[in-house]
Amino acid sequence: MKISPHWLRDFVDLPVDYRRLADELTLAGIAVEGISGERENTVFEMEITTNRPDAMNHYGVAREVSALYDLPLRPIEAKLPAAKGKSDVTIEIQDPELCPRFTAQEIRNATIKASPTKIANRLALLDQRPISNAVDATNYVLWESGKPTHVFDLDLLEGRKLVIRRAADGETLKTLDGVDRQLTTEDLVVADAKKPVGLAGVMGGYDAMITEQTRNILIESAWWDPVTVRRMSKRHGLHTDASHRFERGADFESTVLSTNRVAQLILESGGGELIGSVIDVIARKLDLAPIELDRREVRRILGEELSDLEISRILTRLGFVLLSGPEGGYLVHIPSWRLDIEREIDLIEEIARLHGYDKFANTLPACTGGVIDQPDAAKDSRLRSSLLALGYNEGISLTFVSKDDAKRFSAAPEIDLANPISDEASVMRTSMLPGMLNMLAYNLNRGTDNVRLFEAGNVFEAAGAKTVELKRLCVGATGKAAEGGAHQPARPLSFFDLKGDVEDLLAAFTSWTLYYDANTADYYHPGRSARAVMDGTTVAQFGQLHPDVAAARKLRQDVFVGEIFLDRLYQHDLRQVRYEALPRFPGVERDFSFVFGDAVVFEKIRQSVVGLGIAELQSFIPVEIFRGEKVGVGEYSILVRAKFQSAERTLRDDEVAKWCRQIGRALESLGGVQRV
Amino acid sequence: MPYSVPKLTDFSAAALDRAVRELLSVLDQESAAVGSENDWKAFRDRWIARKNGVLTQLNDLWLKAAPKDAKRDVGQRVNEVKGKVEQTVDATLNRIQGGASSARLASERVDVTLPGIRRALGAEHPVIKTMNEIIGVFRNLGYSVEEGPEIETDYYNFEALNFPPNHPARDTQDTLFIAGQESKPLRDRLLLRTHTSPVQIRTMEKMKPPVRVVCPGKVHRNDAPDATHSPIFHQVEGLAVDTNITFCDLKGTLDHAMKALFGSSVKTRFYPSFFPFTEPSADVQISCIFCDGKGTRDGGPCRNCKASGWIELLGCGMVDPNVYGFVDYDPAKVSGFAFGMGVERIAILKYGVDDIQLFFNGDVRFLEQFE
Ligand SMILES: [Zn+2]
Repeated sequence: MKISPHWLRDFVDLPVDYRRLADELTLAGIAVEGISGERENTVFEMEITTNRPDAMNHYGVAREVSALYDLPLRPIEAKLPAAKGKSDVTIEIQDPELCPRFTAQEIRNATIKASPTKIANRLALLDQRPISNAVDATNYVLWESGKPTHVFDLDLLEGRKLVIRRAADGETLKTLDGVDRQLTTEDLVVADAKKPVGLAGVMGGYDAMITEQTRNILIESAWWDPVTVRRMSKRHGLHTDASHRFERGADFESTVLSTNRVAQLILESGGGELIGSVIDVIARKLDLAPIELDRREVRRILGEELSDLEISRILTRLGFVLLSGPEGGYLVHIPSWRLDIEREIDLIEEIARLHGYDKFANTLPACTGGVIDQPDAAKDSRLRSSLLALGYNEGISLTFVSKDDAKRFSAAPEIDLANPISDEASVMRTSMLPGMLNMLAYNLNRGTDNVRLFEAGNVFEAAGAKTVELKRLCVGATGKAAEGGAHQPARPLSFFDLKGDVEDLLAAFTSWTLYYDANTADYYHPGRSARAVMDGTTVAQFGQLHPDVAAARKLRQDVFVGEIFLDRLYQHDLRQVRYEALPRFPGVERDFSFVFGDAVVFEKIRQSVVGLGIAELQSFIPVEIFRGEKVGVGEYSILVRAKFQSAERTLRDDEVAKWCRQIGRALESLGGVQRV
Repeated sequence: MPYSVPKLTDFSAAALDRAVRELLSVLDQESAAVGSENDWKAFRDRWIARKNGVLTQLNDLWLKAAPKDAKRDVGQRVNEVKGKVEQTVDATLNRIQGGASSARLASERVDVTLPGIRRALGAEHPVIKTMNEIIGVFRNLGYSVEEGPEIETDYYNFEALNFPPNHPARDTQDTLFIAGQESKPLRDRLLLRTHTSPVQIRTMEKMKPPVRVVCPGKVHRNDAPDATHSPIFHQVEGLAVDTNITFCDLKGTLDHAMKALFGSSVKTRFYPSFFPFTEPSADVQISCIFCDGKGTRDGGPCRNCKASGWIELLGCGMVDPNVYGFVDYDPAKVSGFAFGMGVERIAILKYGVDDIQLFFNGDVRFLEQFE
């Protein structure tokens, strides 16, 4: 919205230059976002908040200036010649709830032509296109006082009457922009005896508009229900200067003055006669209740004592009328243009804003109560610091995915958006993977081949009419596990790099049992993916992305991803560190070299040995695995190292030998053949 | 007169002490006199050569000559002397070679100017890092952290925050709505939260004043992505409600927070604004951190603050009494303030990032810079 500071001088003397005025208005809440032009052609680009329709015009801004600098405000006055005769135009309000007031004035024998230079120039400065003296008069009044008005060609109105009613289903109206609009009973229209001639508060009708042939004019100035105007404006996709003001609340008392001002401007430029006095139909009074203002409350909210003089000066300049109220307070009458002022706090804001926010002291409130952390804060921060130390960069991807991705990476019912940004972002993510894969692809497509990323966030699932948000952590890695260079060869990333990272993350949590198996979703490589099961619940799945999925997403190299189900993992406590006495007696290591069939996975071997219940067995770790050469097809050779140790004594050779025989037999019972 | 091993006749402890002392002092003197490898060879031969070295002489002249009852004592002393002599011979060589292993060390030299072997460290996302910094500032002021759902009802995102149905202020929120909600009453309809303010309502619903919380989290808007817009971004909102909280406290708190985040020389400026859930409402500017609030930089107008010297950073205000009505607080007894800031905006300022999309595409060339 644009304001010409030069125009403001019609109503108030400006005590400062335009630049300073812009700054000081902004600090009083009438924001000037930019200044262009020079001297009388200076234009302020305004950013008036939605609650202040009264300041979206020159008189309203002038009022703010008068309050800001404590200067008198000159009233808008309409100077009209004496009226001739009586108008036979009738106004009928059928819906007083939605149209409490409708004011009209008849003018005869006016000439439609271009506006006088002063009017045309002022409108042009605000980027308003001059049309004709009659139409420009309404536009001028809108920018002068903020009151939208309308002019009809009276001779085109059937029955010399206007009816304010709801439209009937099936009625149509061609609006001024030339668009035929289908109306329903939801629409409020201004109609003549037969048909709608205007969409109430939004836009006039094409068929009764002012043309060069127009001689007789009917001026309209009404007050429309804001919600009704807003709904119509939305439904018809018609946002106009009029609807913008009506839906925020216009000045109920300004219908007559604005009608008179339009009439004056038409008569001054186009001649003609004023017929009868103004027709002012008030179907319902709009009363703004006076508000009690207690100075103690001003102090309680703002924190500083303001003088009676200051309070009454500010409010009076803004148009409020102060009477003495109960307990030494005020009873404040609200001006008709301030529909936003309904409560004491609204008045306190007016006082604060014109006193100047920056005049209030900066203080800190006394502190009571302690700081409470989110229950998962420690777990979140533990995982984050581990991931950062493991070399994963943190990424953030969009929360929305395509329908296909939502279904591809989760079986859970997805949540659709009603007004998505695009098809690719039409569904709430059901998995963190699509976002992760997009980020990995983004890097690969830009020549970054070594990527490690993690993202923490929520996934979303429909649960009947409700929705659930589940906390997830996603990791993704591709490229080299160790970068090659002058010192060492590169090593490509493998499943076991990712598994090691997952193991590190899970190791922070307590559990009775934790095992890994190959039971994973179908978007993983079936032979290179695993899930982690903690106390019977799957807390993570991870591994190489299925090559078909990778190909479909045009990922040029192997990609490893992992999903950690934090909602489930966080059922477990963080491991509490307890000191364990350091061993005082030496440990003994023994190696076992066996050949097994591929069906015997390491977890089976480990469990059969652990199942022997040898208390002194400290660890049982594979140190070498190989296939091929002397090992038969479908078999593998494994070297496992057992470490025995006791906290109480040095182990004897004979007992170690006994345990080794037990272990050997256990491995043989799995089908293992000892290598010599 | 060069030293020669004296024949001993007196094998008393005192006499042995004296003889050993004399021998060792000669050893030290001769060692000190060694200046070259040839010197050292002569020194070595004189002291430890099998044939007629000093040590051999000791054996003959002291040990063998000792009476039976002194043999044990003399043997021990000879052994000690032997150790000392061998040590000194080695040390002398070391000295003249400038360190025994210097040849080996030379062969072990590496080019220390080659880059080291680094294990990559991950970087925290700049937005999360900034968010945590903001939270940290308010934690130190006694604020707890509260979180809430990203899919909200109309009630929490709008109605309880004093955005009535059909209010034009709703238009400013560019809301993303969940599909299929038409059959529900408006207040139960689901949408993606457009701010983290709903968490303030949820917090006040579950606890009585005093309340002092910050609510960090992700929010969503129906904004097509470009250099300055993103459909997702992050906010930290704060809320303090107690029996005696004033507008001055709001100003002081945010002034303190901005100084903690941007440096103690930063100034703040408050001016009126409009938010349905606060009244009085304010926008807060900080003095431009690029031109120190001067509006000019490098002889020209400062681009970061459009030459105004101020940068708009956050919105705030005293909690609107209507909001207390929704959470069953008595607006006559309590008062408080709320504030909210966009984390991306602050990160953009702090790090000079020129495209908000960089935060959301996972480009590690960008992310690694924040390590
Ligand atoms: Zn600047």
